[in-house]
Amino acid sequence: MKTFAELNFPGRLVAVEGLDGSGKSTQIYLLKRWLELQSLKVFFSEWNSSDLVKNATSKGKKRELLTPTTFSLIHATDFADRYERQLVPLLRAGYIVLCDRYIFTAFARDTVRGCPPKWVRGIYNFAALPDLTFFFKADLEVSLHRILDGRPELKYFEAGMDLRLSADPYESFRIFQGRILEQYLAMSTEFDFLVIDANQRVEAQQSLVRQLVSGRINLSKYVLPK
Amino acid sequence: MSATRRSVAAPLGHLAERRVLVPKPTPKRFYSHGIPGIDLEKLTGKLIVIEGADGSGRSTQIARLVQWLEGCGHATVQVGLKRSTLVSEELEQAKQGNILSHITMSLFYATDFADQLENIILPALKAGFMVLADRYIYTLMVRDLVRSMDEVWLKNLYGIALVPDAVFYLNVSPEQLVQRNFLKNQTLDYWESGMDIGLSRDMFDCFLQYQALVEKQFRRLQSTYGFTIINGERSAEDINAELQERIESVLVGK
Repeated sequence: MKTFAELNFPGRLVAVEGLDGSGKSTQIYLLKRWLELQSLKVFFSEWNSSDLVKNATSKGKKRELLTPTTFSLIHATDFADRYERQLVPLLRAGYIVLCDRYIFTAFARDTVRGCPPKWVRGIYNFAALPDLTFFFKADLEVSLHRILDGRPELKYFEAGMDLRLSADPYESFRIFQGRILEQYLAMSTEFDFLVIDANQRVEAQQSLVRQLVSGRINLSKYVLPK
Repeated sequence: MSATRRSVAAPLGHLAERRVLVPKPTPKRFYSHGIPGIDLEKLTGKLIVIEGADGSGRSTQIARLVQWLEGCGHATVQVGLKRSTLVSEELEQAKQGNILSHITMSLFYATDFADQLENIILPALKAGFMVLADRYIYTLMVRDLVRSMDEVWLKNLYGIALVPDAVFYLNVSPEQLVQRNFLKNQTLDYWESGMDIGLSRDMFDCFLQYQALVEKQFRRLQSTYGFTIINGERSAEDINAELQERIESVLVGK
C-alpha cells in the first residue's frame, strides 16, 4: 500500500484517528480552519457520511439488523462511495483532504467485532494510505469520561452491545473502547501514526498538529486559485 | 421424449409415495474464512444455486423445482440478488440513478448478499431446508470481472460465501437471450446490456457484446468453481427434468 504522495497525486490526505472522546474531531476542525484562513484548497470528509449508503446504515443500526460482517461491508460501501466520488477526484485536483477517520477505524472496529483482519484489509486495499495519520492517544479513562460524563444515551452498536460484552451499555462501551484502543496501538508503527498525546490541552495539541502539517506538506502549493 | 413424459408423471408418482426421503447430509465449507461463529456440521439442508443471464429461464426453473421439491416433502426457501431487508431499496435506487462507482456498487451488492447469507441462507440450512438461490456470488463476480475489477480482491470479498451443494448455469446464447427478452419486455435492460461500460452506443450491439463477455467469464470461473453447465436452449420441461435428476443425486449425498 502506498500513500497519495507516493502515487504522485498532487493532493495530500490527512487523516485523524482515535477513540470516541479523544478530541480528534475538535483537532481536525481547528486544522481545517487554520488551512482555510490561509486560503488553501481544503476539503473535509467524515466517516459514514455518503448520502445514499447512510440511509441503509442508519436503518440497519436502528433496527439492529447488522452482523459483524454486514456492519463491516456497509461501512466499506460508504467509504468506497466517498473515496471514488469525492476523495480521489479532489486529490487529483490538488486539494488537501482532511478525513475524520479513515480505513484504520474499520481495521480496528471490525477486528474487535470478530471479522478476520486479513479479510477486512483485503476489502480496503483499493484505498491509498494517508500522507499523514494523526492518532490521538488519550488514556482510556479520559476518553470514557468525555463521552460518559453526560450520561448520554449510548447507541446499540456504538456501545458494542452486539458483542454481548455486558448487559450494561456503559460497561459494554468501556470494554469495547478498550479493545479498540489495543487494536489502534497495535497498528501504530505499521502505519506510521503520528501519535499526539490527547491528554494535553486543546491548544498544545493543535500547535503540534500545525507544526507537523506544515513541516510535512509544502502548503504554498495548495493556494486557492484567485 | 422420455424427459417430457417424466416431468408429467413424476409429481403424480411422488404424491402417491408417502415416505419422504431424508436428504443425506454432506460436509459443508466456506470458500475462505466464512462467517464467524457458524457450526458447519449443523447445516443439514442443501444449497442449490441457479445461475444464468436474464431470460435464461432461471425463475421458471426455480418455480418448478419448488413445486417438485415440496411435492416430495422438502421444505424450501428462495433467495436472490437484491432481496435483503438491509439494502435492497437503496441498491435499487443506486441502480436507477447510476450514480455509484464500481467498487461501491460491488460492495453494496456484497452487503446485500451477506445479509441474506446470514439471515436467511444459513438459518434455513440449519433448519434442514432446501435453499434455492436465484443467482449467487458468481454473477456478482462475473459482472465485476467484465468491468475489469481485481479478481484477488473479489475472491477475498466473497470468501464469506458458503460453497453450494450444486450450482447450475443455464447457458443461453446472447442471440437467444435477445429474442427471449423481447418476448417479455419492450426494451433491453440498461445493466444487462452493459451500457455503463460503453462497449457500443448501439444498445443492441452492446447487449450482444456484453453478454458474450459475461458468458466468457462464467466459463472461466467454471474451472475454479466447478458449476454444471446446463443447455438452456431446450424446452422448460426438458431442462427441469435434467435439473431434477441432478438434484436427486445431491439429495442422496452424491
